[in-house]
Amino acid sequence: MILRLAVLALLAFMTLPTVVVIAVSFNPTAILSFPPAGFSWRWYVNVLTYPQFQRAAWNSLVVTGGAVALALPIGTLAALALERARLPGRSLWAAALLSPLVVPGVAAGLGFLILAAALGLLRSRLVLIAAHVTLVLPFVVRSVWVSVRNLDPALERAAASLGASPRRVFFRVTLPLLRPGLFAALLFAVVVSVNEFVVSLFISNRVTEILPVAMFTYVVNYTDPTIAALSSLFIAATFLVIWLADHFLDLGRVFLQH
Amino acid sequence: MKLLLLPALAVLAVFAAALTALFRWSLLEFVPGSLAPGAYTLANFKGVVAPQYLHAVWDTVILAALTTVLTLAASYPVAYALARTPSRRVRSALLVLTLAPFFTGAIVRTYAWVLVLGNTVITWPVPMLFTERGVLVGLIHFSMPTMILILAAALSHIDPAYERAAASLGARPVRVFWRVTLPLSMPGIVSGGLIVFAWTLSAFPTPELLGGGKVKMIANVVKDLGLDSFNWPGAAAFAMLALALTLALLAGAGRLAGGRVT
Repeated sequence: MILRLAVLALLAFMTLPTVVVIAVSFNPTAILSFPPAGFSWRWYVNVLTYPQFQRAAWNSLVVTGGAVALALPIGTLAALALERARLPGRSLWAAALLSPLVVPGVAAGLGFLILAAALGLLRSRLVLIAAHVTLVLPFVVRSVWVSVRNLDPALERAAASLGASPRRVFFRVTLPLLRPGLFAALLFAVVVSVNEFVVSLFISNRVTEILPVAMFTYVVNYTDPTIAALSSLFIAATFLVIWLADHFLDLGRVFLQH
Repeated sequence: MKLLLLPALAVLAVFAAALTALFRWSLLEFVPGSLAPGAYTLANFKGVVAPQYLHAVWDTVILAALTTVLTLAASYPVAYALARTPSRRVRSALLVLTLAPFFTGAIVRTYAWVLVLGNTVITWPVPMLFTERGVLVGLIHFSMPTMILILAAALSHIDPAYERAAASLGARPVRVFWRVTLPLSMPGIVSGGLIVFAWTLSAFPTPELLGGGKVKMIANVVKDLGLDSFNWPGAAAFAMLALALTLALLAGAGRLAGGRVT
């Protein structure tokens, strides 16, 4: 009984900010009040018509699209190599590939900033794409690796013995069997990249900045509920993604077993 | 087969180049008013213990320690419920509520706390926004999903037969928890604690927005020096400090958890 109450209170603590953001996003006035004094869509209109957010949304699309399109094949090949190749020191290679996960954002961000400045690439979105590839790659490798491990090589040998070329085996047997891992990898890569903030803050400017950086700048400079509206859109998208993931992936298995 | 690793190693090389550049610049002299650095020097690391920054390092360690302990206490009941509930629907609901903030970006989560801690929703008896208290609340909220997942994984590996055995031998529920469940979940507590501590040491968006410039942690000093004062060498020294602390702690966590981190 006490445990149940404690869990409910803690869940309320975890959800409270989300509830407040959504409530405030419909606030009719620029001065925040809670509970809201009325109902208005004006901050949603503001989000969609603010030029800097439009530009940042486009940048987010380009950066996340580019980074995921690169990281997904690179990570899949690496996961195949980690499981199948006769690698001396396999666990060291795996640790190296996952290492970007443990580097603090400000260290990676400042490092990329210094490197980009040395290469004269500071005004380009290429730096953001390169940084995002390194940051999402560990998630791709880890998700796909689990699927590779569960893949029975006998199925591929069977296809080969029936006369399929190695290329055909890869595209008709291996890749379809890796689908759950690839789907999880895609999900993680998109979520991590879309929300990436710290590293992106260091290597972007007003022209190249992605949405989280634009939102940060707005929060620092203005106090109206525009960011609440944009945050609510993010939250809605997040719940949709989690619901889809739970539906197709069984999140309990993904998060609690390995 | 080995060649398949090459593209990933190329990506890793870019990352290594960035960290090498960071390390090199932490050893270069800052020339005020210029982006070009001077000769090699150790002066930047003396800045880490300079009076105007030492309190940021100190605040970082204190806040990270408090965050770790309070996050553990707040996450354990939720993790226990998640690991032990017999109902698939309750488990699913708990998991979605736990993961939602995990999947919501740092800016959205932190902005939400700006609203809650500012006096718009609740009128707080003591100031919360732009104080250490407020930053601490935000940091705990930020760490809870990670901690819950690690603890729930540890708890779900404990065979409930041990608890039933203790209960059938006459131990009351509280005693069963303290003498059986808690000790058996220790690996999760230790690795979760170390991971949260390491993460919090380099926290950035939470202290930046909830501290409002009045509360500074190491990462905020890196941003101030690097992006506002263009003192890249000074910022690099602080970033190296954060990196070294994090790596040392995670190495410890990895050793204690038998090589299974995150």
